[in-house]
Amino acid sequence: MSDIRNSNPGGEDYEPQVSVASTDAIGLAAGGSAAPLPGEDKSYSQGQLVARRFFRHRAALSSMIVLGIIIIVAFTSIGIGPIPGWWPNSYTLQYDKIGDGAPTWQYPFGQDTGGKDYFALVMRGTQFSLIIAFAVGIISTVVGTLIGALAGFYRGWVESLLMRLTDVFIVIPLLVVAAVLGKTASGWGIWGLALVLGLVTWTSLARLVRGEVLSLRERDFVLAAQAVGTSPWRIISRHVLPNAVGVIIVSATLSISSAILLETSLSFLGFGVQPPDTSLGTLISEYQAAFTTRPWLFWWPGLMILAIALCVNFIGDGLRDAFDPRQNRSKD
Amino acid sequence: MTTLDISAPGSASATGDAVLSFEDLNVTFKTEFGDVHAVKGIDLEVRPGEVVALVGESGSGKSVTSMTALGLLPRNARVGGTIRVGDKVVGGLDGRGLRNMRGNDVAMVFQEPMTALNPVLTIGDQLTEGLQLHGIAFGKQAMARAAELLAMVGIPEPERRLKQYPHELSGGQRQRVVIAMAIACDPKVIIADEPTTALDVTVQADILDLLRSLKDKLNTGILLITHNMGVVADMADRVAVMLKGDLVETGTADQVLNHPRHEYTKRLLAAVPHLGSGPGQFGDVAPVDAAPEDLPALDLGNLVIEYHRVGKPTFRAVDDVSLSVAQGEIVGLVGESGSGKSTIAKCALGLIPAASGSVSILGTDFGKLRGKELKALRKRIGVVFQDPASSLNPRLPIGDVIAEPLVVHKEGDDRSRRRRVLELLDAVELPRSVYNRYPHELSGGQRQRVSIARALTLDPELLVADEPTSALDVSVQANVLKMFTALQERYKFACLFVSHDLAVIDLLAHRVVVLQNGRIVEQGPREEVLHHPREEYTQRLIAAAPVPEPLEQRRRREARHALLNKLGDDVAELHVEEDYERPRPKQDEGANPSGLGGFMADGGS
Repeated sequence: MSDIRNSNPGGEDYEPQVSVASTDAIGLAAGGSAAPLPGEDKSYSQGQLVARRFFRHRAALSSMIVLGIIIIVAFTSIGIGPIPGWWPNSYTLQYDKIGDGAPTWQYPFGQDTGGKDYFALVMRGTQFSLIIAFAVGIISTVVGTLIGALAGFYRGWVESLLMRLTDVFIVIPLLVVAAVLGKTASGWGIWGLALVLGLVTWTSLARLVRGEVLSLRERDFVLAAQAVGTSPWRIISRHVLPNAVGVIIVSATLSISSAILLETSLSFLGFGVQPPDTSLGTLISEYQAAFTTRPWLFWWPGLMILAIALCVNFIGDGLRDAFDPRQNRSKD
Repeated sequence: MTTLDISAPGSASATGDAVLSFEDLNVTFKTEFGDVHAVKGIDLEVRPGEVVALVGESGSGKSVTSMTALGLLPRNARVGGTIRVGDKVVGGLDGRGLRNMRGNDVAMVFQEPMTALNPVLTIGDQLTEGLQLHGIAFGKQAMARAAELLAMVGIPEPERRLKQYPHELSGGQRQRVVIAMAIACDPKVIIADEPTTALDVTVQADILDLLRSLKDKLNTGILLITHNMGVVADMADRVAVMLKGDLVETGTADQVLNHPRHEYTKRLLAAVPHLGSGPGQFGDVAPVDAAPEDLPALDLGNLVIEYHRVGKPTFRAVDDVSLSVAQGEIVGLVGESGSGKSTIAKCALGLIPAASGSVSILGTDFGKLRGKELKALRKRIGVVFQDPASSLNPRLPIGDVIAEPLVVHKEGDDRSRRRRVLELLDAVELPRSVYNRYPHELSGGQRQRVSIARALTLDPELLVADEPTSALDVSVQANVLKMFTALQERYKFACLFVSHDLAVIDLLAHRVVVLQNGRIVEQGPREEVLHHPREEYTQRLIAAAPVPEPLEQRRRREARHALLNKLGDDVAELHVEEDYERPRPKQDEGANPSGLGGFMADGGS
């Protein structure tokens, strides 16, 4: 995986120099002339071009900021593990109820039935949901990329075996497997749940990566690498996967948002995060009866799920547009 | 404007008013990096029965110019100036008017016949579509007209062909169908955008013959867009040369090709490899100095390569091919598409296995090696592929691309690798500053130089070059070929040079091998094969290759027709019946302008 990350957008230590010839620069759409382009003296690596396009995508950029705020607030407010946060109230203690527990200045998200600070609870739930979502995203991306790349590159029986395995995982109802395994695995805490969810959600990425690798392996630079005697592992890690990084990153982002929703559904059904731990899904499940009388107990975690999932989806959209700008370059 | 218009008024076959004219045409594209001024105020006209060739290298704006005539440009384009097709001004038409004009007044022949035809519709459906849309004929009548059109462009059994799909036809036949579609509504002018670039030379010669008889017999004007000077010499009445969106020179074919006045045109023509002139145009090729007892760099013995296909019989791509490349020798492997030349190149690289026969590199048999020994042998072979866009990993900077073989074979340390890369960059005449660039920042020619540098990194004894210059512009190709001969003289590598371009092979090769359908037709020293071919197929191939000189090309064309007649083949031409009735669209009944005199004349090929 390290190879993929090294070639991520951002261009790391690339320093623009005086351009040698930019008549073939990516941005030169529609077979235009060699007229001097604005910014011709600057050159962009592929990563920089991607970053440039991403930051121009308004929805993606604002989503990134919102998601960043949510993450920072969720982890700093009540702290994590032994590290204390800046929020005065704890999510475990029951406080005296003010009125019926509706939001007040002291308890901005209100209080639950037993008088717990609901802001602290929701932050705790958000922490868990985020941890699970990102862990699932990373695990399923690693597994999916590996299986897809091996199947696409080696073809033959390796491909048959891996793709039939993928088919098997696809035909089993995801929720059922996740529920059964999740119940068992939640004994190991949220990491167990994340592992199980990651191991059942890699299938779509595996198929995407396989398709991408199938087309990349026919490109001349892969043939050239083979002709020089490059080992298959080096070809995959250095020549093939870095070129599939667009598909992988976009799919990883979207798998994070679907992981949030999956975790929520599982917890809502009671198979996910078990009390005394809490997640956004668990909170909704616990207080579903309170919807009519104390709606804030439903709305805060609900809105949080919505915000996170939407942000991640917008970021995925932005990344997809940045990696695949579908520039209609016509020949001349 | 710096146009040198030296064409005599009312020249050659030009009769009547222009059917297509551009006045002060300007096209600007809005892009992410600002505006690109693609066409900068050009004036050009095409008269009935005249072929105007618009030549220029990629990016010169010639396709953009032609697309404005059809009103088919992407949305980010701004068009200025006046474009007239017949009596219509393109800029003044609305969507309906434009659709009515396309096909009726102006039609298009595209470069790639496979993508120009819809693979899921039959030939008949696609031919009748235009007729029905323009209200010329419907139902059975349209089908009859479609069959007539196919017969006109020389497709045998037209009724049966109407029910077939594009994939059932060969490339040349597909291009004939595209031409039939273009003439279906009897347009006044046809825009042919690189109509033969994707075709083999013999097919190209046929299609050009067809287009020539088309303008003679139907009196249609043709705007021919091409980068191939041989095609220009073969077809054009007048030539317009484009450079970076400007028209730098216009004139008759003879004036422009034989007495070019603009510096750019002169340079362009000097860069075209000339079949029949032998080596020397781009630097001399060193004679082979290998002793006869030296092991050949590459030796193929009775090589057979087969492709196994699921559910179909095995396809034999290469059949019983024996050839050898001596050390320091350049062997040209020529043939049309499907002749198996690239397959042989890949087999020589060990990328595909031989079904039987032997492949040996400097006396070592490729097929018998595994693991480390195989890797060691690969070190001694370099490779250059055709497409500069796909032969470099877009994610690696150039320095890494060239150093990659050293890393794979664990040779040297970072410093010595860097030294070697810089040395190679000098050798392929690239500035050292490209070291940290990415492939997309280089032009096609520069990328191909990088490819060659990468192939030479390990100092190979054998270089396999698979059409290394086919995707490049002529002037770029000339520079790359020049550099290639210089490198070969310096590094003395043996080379298997695969190409479909006989002129390029004529410049470089010591020996030539001609392939057809996976078998060797003829092989021998260059002068013998290319200048005194013994086999019928080689003769056809050489006769079909156009040269960039109108008079000589006319002589060659007539010689080719004589050869075809001798061999019992037909010369491709448009078959127009005596009672051929020009289709009239229902909308503008009676508005069909003159030009009726043109098609009755039995245009002479």
